[in-house]
Amino acid sequence: MVGERFGSKLIKFYTPLVLYLVFLLFPFYWMANTVFKSDIELYDLALNPLYIHSPTFDNVAHLFTQTIFLRWMWNTFFVAILATIISLAASLLAAYAIQRLQFKTSGPTGVAIFLGYLVPQTILFIPLAHIIFKLRLWDSLWSLILTYPTFLIPFCTWLLMGYFKSIPKEMEECAMIDGTSRINIFRKIILPLCLPGILSAGIFCFTLSWNEFIYALAFISATTSKTVPIGLVTELVRGDVYHWGPLMAGALCASVPVALVYSFFVEHYVAGMTGALKE
Amino acid sequence: MAEVRLENISKHFNKVIAVDDFNLSIKDREFVVLVGPSGCGKTTTLRMIAGLEAITEGNIYIGDRLINRLPAKDRNIAMVFQNYALYPHMTVYQNMAFGLEQRKAPKEEIKQRVREAAKILGIQDLMDRRPKQLSGGQRQRVAVGRAIVRKPEVFLFDEPLSNLDAKLRVQTRVELKKLHERLATTIVYVTNDQVEAMTMGDRIVVMKDGLIQQVGAPLELYNSPTNIFVAGFIGSPAMNFFEAELVHSGERLSVQTDSFRIDLSPKKAALTEGYSEKKVIVGIRPEDLLEAREHVTGKTIQTTVEVVEPIGSEIYVNVSAGEVPLTASVDRKARVKPHQEFVVEPSLDYLHLFDIRNENTLS
Repeated sequence: MVGERFGSKLIKFYTPLVLYLVFLLFPFYWMANTVFKSDIELYDLALNPLYIHSPTFDNVAHLFTQTIFLRWMWNTFFVAILATIISLAASLLAAYAIQRLQFKTSGPTGVAIFLGYLVPQTILFIPLAHIIFKLRLWDSLWSLILTYPTFLIPFCTWLLMGYFKSIPKEMEECAMIDGTSRINIFRKIILPLCLPGILSAGIFCFTLSWNEFIYALAFISATTSKTVPIGLVTELVRGDVYHWGPLMAGALCASVPVALVYSFFVEHYVAGMTGALKE
Repeated sequence: MAEVRLENISKHFNKVIAVDDFNLSIKDREFVVLVGPSGCGKTTTLRMIAGLEAITEGNIYIGDRLINRLPAKDRNIAMVFQNYALYPHMTVYQNMAFGLEQRKAPKEEIKQRVREAAKILGIQDLMDRRPKQLSGGQRQRVAVGRAIVRKPEVFLFDEPLSNLDAKLRVQTRVELKKLHERLATTIVYVTNDQVEAMTMGDRIVVMKDGLIQQVGAPLELYNSPTNIFVAGFIGSPAMNFFEAELVHSGERLSVQTDSFRIDLSPKKAALTEGYSEKKVIVGIRPEDLLEAREHVTGKTIQTTVEVVEPIGSEIYVNVSAGEVPLTASVDRKARVKPHQEFVVEPSLDYLHLFDIRNENTLS
């Protein structure tokens, strides 16, 4: 970029960047914008929809008083955290075993796990529903906690496999000669070195569980057990009546935790995705 | 006591034979260097001694213990890896202490031994740094330090100098040799650099394609290589080879090419029984080709200079004698220019003769 003139940088870099950002952020703007408008303003086609003319907190109040939004938030959080922990624990062990233990079927096992990822959720929820019913977990948050790992584990396993691969084998061999057991090698050498990878996998799991829709819709029907995405759509859309204000307020509040998680770990996340192990 | 004995060791990776029928007895406190081109099986052999690779056939002993199935941690060895394998998330101190901690040594003892090792290697001031804050040479020292704190019976080095720049490599070579004298332990050292092998080893094992080519003291390999491979591998610049026919010229036996003839000394001639009138391969080291004033048939070779490479201490002259390319290493004061005529005289006692089919030295 040295010596490049501002003019050319403007055309090649800033303009596309700004266009992309506008495209990406406009839905968020629309969401935030709608939250603070009254219904009257919202349905008045004569007004410019990009401004808020008379701001109001009615929609937020409606969300927190007329629905059990906080309960849904808690449910979502509970499910997302537990599903993430279960998936991470399983993926870490699976990825390490496939990458480093070199048992006879390690290659096929890796492929099999990947194949599991290729089956679309929209098909998988039918047999899963049957299993959930047999396990008497219907309408329970555990139905979600146990089914989310079916799509979380494959991705995490592959992500972590790539990460483990980047750690020189000699480090483990040296530890082995030093008298370290497999478990301790895993704990004291592999885990600390893979922290960025584990964080990325964790963020990925958390976000996907937080936003998951189909399984939550299929397995949960009691209002008190719903997660945010399902709660909002089923309780704030009545027939063909959309309560746009509270709906958008819910969407805004629900995206805050995910945004926080991302901004907190963004550096690790990028490092993890690119598999950059710095010496 | 830590002698290492390898008896009929073989290693197969599926159908590839990495090491074949390897026999070697390493004496206590000996510095043995395994040397050969990449893929010759030297690192695999080292890893089998370390216990990082299972052996397919044969027996390995350290002292009197058969260690074929003993896990790496129970072999009482330490290994320094080519990429050092330092733990990036630990400080130098933690790196060096890690092995002892794993063996549950008392804290005070760990401290003392790490300090001792650090002093030997001159890295006391680096103890709180992390590997990424160290230079290549310092990392190498930490890797060595991590090995010596354990006070193992046998040290295994896997090309430990190959990541250092040329100058540092020479320096570290000397330091490692000093360290060996100081520690007085058995060392098995793998390298692909023949200079490293020659300068450091008490004994050198030359390997190729998983097979031992020759085992011997450095000068033994240099003076009497058993075959063309060893002759060409040891020594720099490499030995000159050319095909020639053994002919009788009067009383004497000579080697004859299309463009020149060299009469053999009686000692060398005695080795050629059964080869007369047959083709052999002649080897002569560049340092055994001397500059001569005038051409004498049978004693010298008339050549034309092609490239002159002055390296300071001497001059490498690449010449051609007819179709035969030769390299001579001549005195730095010699005045040689490309395209000039140049007469070289081989030192007859240092001529090497090899069988053309099995490439072994005639004996």
